[in-house]
Amino acid sequence: MPMTALDIFKLLAKKNCGECGVPTCLAFAMMLANKQTELTKCPYVSPEVVQQLESSASPPMRTVTVGDLEIGGETELFRHEKKFFNETAYAVVIGDDSDNESIVKRAKKLDAMKYERIGIISGVDLIAVEAKGDAQRFSEVVTLVKENSGLPFVLMSDDPQVAEAGLKVVSKAKPLIYAGNANNCAALAKLARQYACPLALYSDDVDELVSLSEIAKSEGADDIVLDLNLGAKPLRDALEWLTILRRLSVKKLFRPLGYPVMLNLHNGMDVETQAIRAAIGTLKYASLIIFGDLDAARLYPLTTLRTNIFTDPQALIQVNPGLYDIGKPNRNSPVIVTSNFSLTYFTVASDVEASKVPARLLVVDTEGLSVMTAFAADKFTPETIAQALKEYKVAEKVDHRKLIIPGMIAMLKMKLEELTGWDVIVGVKDSSALPKYLKELASE
Amino acid sequence: MVTIPKESWSGKIKEIAFGATDEEGGTRDRKLLLGGETTLPFLAFEGKVSRPAIGMEVIDHVGDDYPHIIIDEIGDVIKDPVAWARACVEVYGADFICLKLLSTNPEEANVSAEDAASLVSTVLAQVKAPLIIQGSGDYDKDARVMELCGDAAKGERCLLARAEQDSYKSIAVAATANGHDVVAFSNIDVNIAKQLNIMLTEFGVPADHIVSDPLMAGIGFGMEYAYSAMERIKLAGLVGDKMLQSPMIADISVAWSAKEAYRVDAKLGDERERAIFWEVASALAALMAGANALILRHPKSVTITRKVVDELTG
Ligand code: SF4
Repeated sequence: MPMTALDIFKLLAKKNCGECGVPTCLAFAMMLANKQTELTKCPYVSPEVVQQLESSASPPMRTVTVGDLEIGGETELFRHEKKFFNETAYAVVIGDDSDNESIVKRAKKLDAMKYERIGIISGVDLIAVEAKGDAQRFSEVVTLVKENSGLPFVLMSDDPQVAEAGLKVVSKAKPLIYAGNANNCAALAKLARQYACPLALYSDDVDELVSLSEIAKSEGADDIVLDLNLGAKPLRDALEWLTILRRLSVKKLFRPLGYPVMLNLHNGMDVETQAIRAAIGTLKYASLIIFGDLDAARLYPLTTLRTNIFTDPQALIQVNPGLYDIGKPNRNSPVIVTSNFSLTYFTVASDVEASKVPARLLVVDTEGLSVMTAFAADKFTPETIAQALKEYKVAEKVDHRKLIIPGMIAMLKMKLEELTGWDVIVGVKDSSALPKYLKELASE
Repeated sequence: MVTIPKESWSGKIKEIAFGATDEEGGTRDRKLLLGGETTLPFLAFEGKVSRPAIGMEVIDHVGDDYPHIIIDEIGDVIKDPVAWARACVEVYGADFICLKLLSTNPEEANVSAEDAASLVSTVLAQVKAPLIIQGSGDYDKDARVMELCGDAAKGERCLLARAEQDSYKSIAVAATANGHDVVAFSNIDVNIAKQLNIMLTEFGVPADHIVSDPLMAGIGFGMEYAYSAMERIKLAGLVGDKMLQSPMIADISVAWSAKEAYRVDAKLGDERERAIFWEVASALAALMAGANALILRHPKSVTITRKVVDELTG
């Protein structure tokens, strides 16, 4: 809970001495509440108050920026309670022991592993470069990957010297340093501070992870990601710990573990096992997942699942209204009207696709409502359809003047014909009948 | 030392018996117990967990639109529902069969209720796993189909599917008259799930004979709605809402309505692997949301999902 200016004011020394740079304690409290000044500017706050204010000012789980991605920052155990904020980021490993040619190839491939679905582009988010040799080789390979991909980095090395060699190349792009453990935590935390980069901490034991987090913080590393070795633990334990860690941060406000949690699946598991663990991790509380390897056949379903689970439960999902090509329609291909509720759009689009009859979908702005709901709510009217017809210049793109409307809104036919001058054909009631319908239509 | 935060819930999910062995007066070779957990899925550190059952879909007549990836895997037996059901249990290790009598639909083949009942009898005689008997969704026809099939399966403690808000009476009668369980179907709506449970119990279906089907959606097609509905039902049950404590079943076959799961597209990888993982990912979502039984289509999905369930409950 963030504190109000008044809450903060109550904790101040009330000297109104002005040493903090503003004339009164109340003014100082107001600036603090707005995050316009730092608590350290007042010399008269007790350590207890410092702690109290700090913990109230910081969210239950820190949002950590890696490259251009934000991870963590979650506040809930269940998405219906509010929402899950930042999508689980997917990283895939490139080892620096491969030859340069394979490295370049793999970097380019990972960079290209992204798919567009309902207007959302989703895919591999990061490349994790793993050091197997010395600092010089690591630096070379990080450079090589940087030149061949636009993805942000995870720099995987336990050796501070090697990690620094990588940081020198890409620190500006805020790579995640992976990972501080019992031996190197302080040294890596110093690097994290020096280069202003996030740091992952690794331990198999939760109490040790707490100590590491405290050490890292005391060394000035603020952006931390936690790895409790859950990628390698038995699946049951992994799920339990993911739950425990999420509860500790968002329910218990346990500061040392108030950071995003990651899974490292780069441990010799096959692709399928990794994908299964990643699916569970995406549903339940992992903010970052490192894959040893990943193929499109698994990534595409995974990104779909990820988009679903991070969808804001309050928001209706919509696709942008417009005229969409399915297949390669020509100037005689049918035009089919539907709503912009994304599920409707997707079902219809996939059924049209299944018909193998190229067509255009005229997606009307129904404010994200399905066909029947939109009709009932007066969002699917002859006027809105006519408007879409005009706005998306359908007449310029086809030679015919035929419009297929959903069977459920057959009653709009006459009015729509009057308004537009187009022939309105009443189509099928259920999208699943579209393939058969369109095939028959095409053969006529 | 970190204190492990444990939840202790006041409610408990009901444990429903599915399938009757000779001990219970039936002829099934196993009795499945659905539900019975006292906490969220697989969190054994704080409560009793339950092992979800994994069943497979068998359709009385497979049409042209059935995914070829499944037909290729199962082979010719798919044309014969009895042989198909046997393969599901004996070859693919399904815990139960969900027999869908889609051909009884008057708008399709309009197979008679008598013929459907005789198919049910044959399946029960030749395949010994517990059985879900599911109608075509045509209310009027289903009433007759459930009556005859429920009769034909008397004493086997089948699940009769699906009772809906507008049409639960005939199926409830068919179930209670013959000792079966009822699948209560509530279209991704927590309130309807509760309402239907109330209506069924008031109508005389014992609470320990109701399994809830809140309608699972596949990934990419509304999974998140279904996921949250199931999760909310499970939480409400654990908090103590007695009318939301039925175990939940999730029919994952819907995952196959996503054509993108198996359309040929090199950029999206091998279509068979993709389709299977599409189904598995949908199944995993159902499991994480609290499903106590899954109905799957592809044999490989069954193998993979069973392994995951083993690991989660092991
Ligand atoms: S320095 Fe501290 S005590 Fe002095 S005015 Fe500022 S807030 Fe108040």
